[in-house]
Amino acid sequence: MSTMIEDDRIVGLQDEAIARAAEAAEKRDRVLRWAMPVSLIIAVLAVWEFGVWYHGTPHYILPGPWLVIKTLFTDWHTLYPSLLVTLQITFSALAIAIIGGVGLAVLFTLSKWVELSLFPFAVIAQVTPIIAVAPLILIYVDSTYAALLLCAWIVAFFPILSNTTLGLNSADHNLVNLFQLYGANRWQMLRYLRLPSAMPYFLGGLKIAGGLALIGAIVAEFAAGTAGTGSGLAYRILEASYRLNIPRMFASLILISLSGILIFFAFTLLSHLMLRKWHESALKREN
Amino acid sequence: MAAAAAPPPQPAGRSSGRLLELQGVSKTFSNGTVALENLNLRVQRHEFLSLLGPSGCGKSTALRIIAGLGNISGGRLFWPEGGHVGDIGFVFQEPTLMPWATVFDNVHLPLKLQGQGRRQVRDRVEEALAMVGLQDFHAAYPRELSGGMKMRVSIARALVTRPKLLLMDEPFAALDEITRIRLNNDLLQLWESQGWTVIFVTHSVYESVFLSSRIVVMAARPGRIVGEIEIDAPYPRDEAFRMSEPYNAYCRETSATLHRAMGDG
Ligand SMILES: Nc1ncnc2c1ncn2[C@@H]1O[C@H](COP(=O)(O)OP(=O)(O)OP(=O)(O)O)[C@@H](O)[C@H]1O
Ligand SMILES: [Mg+2]
Repeated sequence: MSTMIEDDRIVGLQDEAIARAAEAAEKRDRVLRWAMPVSLIIAVLAVWEFGVWYHGTPHYILPGPWLVIKTLFTDWHTLYPSLLVTLQITFSALAIAIIGGVGLAVLFTLSKWVELSLFPFAVIAQVTPIIAVAPLILIYVDSTYAALLLCAWIVAFFPILSNTTLGLNSADHNLVNLFQLYGANRWQMLRYLRLPSAMPYFLGGLKIAGGLALIGAIVAEFAAGTAGTGSGLAYRILEASYRLNIPRMFASLILISLSGILIFFAFTLLSHLMLRKWHESALKREN
Repeated sequence: MAAAAAPPPQPAGRSSGRLLELQGVSKTFSNGTVALENLNLRVQRHEFLSLLGPSGCGKSTALRIIAGLGNISGGRLFWPEGGHVGDIGFVFQEPTLMPWATVFDNVHLPLKLQGQGRRQVRDRVEEALAMVGLQDFHAAYPRELSGGMKMRVSIARALVTRPKLLLMDEPFAALDEITRIRLNNDLLQLWESQGWTVIFVTHSVYESVFLSSRIVVMAARPGRIVGEIEIDAPYPRDEAFRMSEPYNAYCRETSATLHRAMGDG
């Protein structure tokens, strides 16, 4: 009897030890997940800084990362308004792309004919490089701002449209049957079945479109060049390149990259929050 | 080949006319599969009809056709007393739940589609959940349920509209023996008290004999009816019936018919 109790206790202790070890491993995993990439980035920056210093490279050829960061602060009063302009174009274009993309996707599912007639245009707009079309758009559209918006919209639009269309059509056929059986009308079918089914696909498209809208905005600004209203980040890069202000070019570049990264993470987070209750992509596998 | 042409004598007091009739119904899928060929079936009001047959013989297809889902390639489906939208409850072979909605919202769906809000029909939804023993799970999501629990949600959803005709496609196949027997008893009780008509698809000879007033046996390739067995035992049926000699005799007869169906199928 007493040995059994002892055995139980030993087993209990072992279990506890295993649980603690698993917990420690998980913690280590979490720390490493951040520590690895961060330390790698710091290492790269250090090598860069050291190389520039060691070779005595002049800053109008290649500035060290420290100088770039300093420039980011000293030039903040010019860079910040430019950042706002670029972000404004990006998010306005994205907003219109969401409305247009989802709206058109819904229209597609309502009518095969609308889809057949309009989809080719969407594909053409997608496959034609925006850098090649932007100059034309800038000629035909009077307001530079509107032209920039249009360019960013064209590239952001397609992933939302195609993903949402796919999602709307991916509703479980048995569920479609069920809705039909209970006399659901088109609107109910859309609202309660197709839109929720499309949500994961739409959010996936949104993640892509967010980055693309930023790229579209930058590309269009480049095409507009100094002739444009000239206040976005791409314009700052062009302007700085004419003046051989390489540190400022890098500083602008960093702001663009950071914006892109933030947009991506923001939408990843949004997607997780929206889907965590039910979709496989946001669920932890528990067996 | 015994087609189901003759109107079957019903247990006393239950028979009250035809509810629906399949007349020479055929179904060929677009890939050329002949799922049903010349199916003749009369369903009486208030009867408990089981479709029994080997896998792939067209039971689910027949049920979907009766529900008005999917078109018929030949023959016709006839409702002597007309329209039926909203009067049919369907339990699909798979649970078919909306993964993004809670158990409550899944069961509420048929009522929502009829324009009845959550608050208005809360009691009815809770009642349907209680019938399948899931009253404590209304806030759960389908992924948090076991296979059998999902199936029970699906049954609750079919019951919530208080349908006149209940179509059930192997609803209990995923359940353990105990739960299955309990739900068999519950279903039978509900059927008796509510005056439903039930068409019940199953693979189980025992289940079909216990529940049904009539069993239709089908064979595959092409899907057709090969036999029909009246279970002329009185309701209510309980454990005593499961132990009785007539029950065993019916099981043997049904089994034999099924074997014949699979032999020449
Ligand atoms: N959508 C479809 N397209 C083509 N063939 C189909 C389709 N659905 C079913 N079939 C075929 O129709 C036949 C009958 O299918 P059905 O699902 O009705 O069988 P079942 O009797 O319900 O079988 P089980 O007991 O395994 O559920 C099968 O041979 C199947 O291959
Ligand atoms: Mg089936």
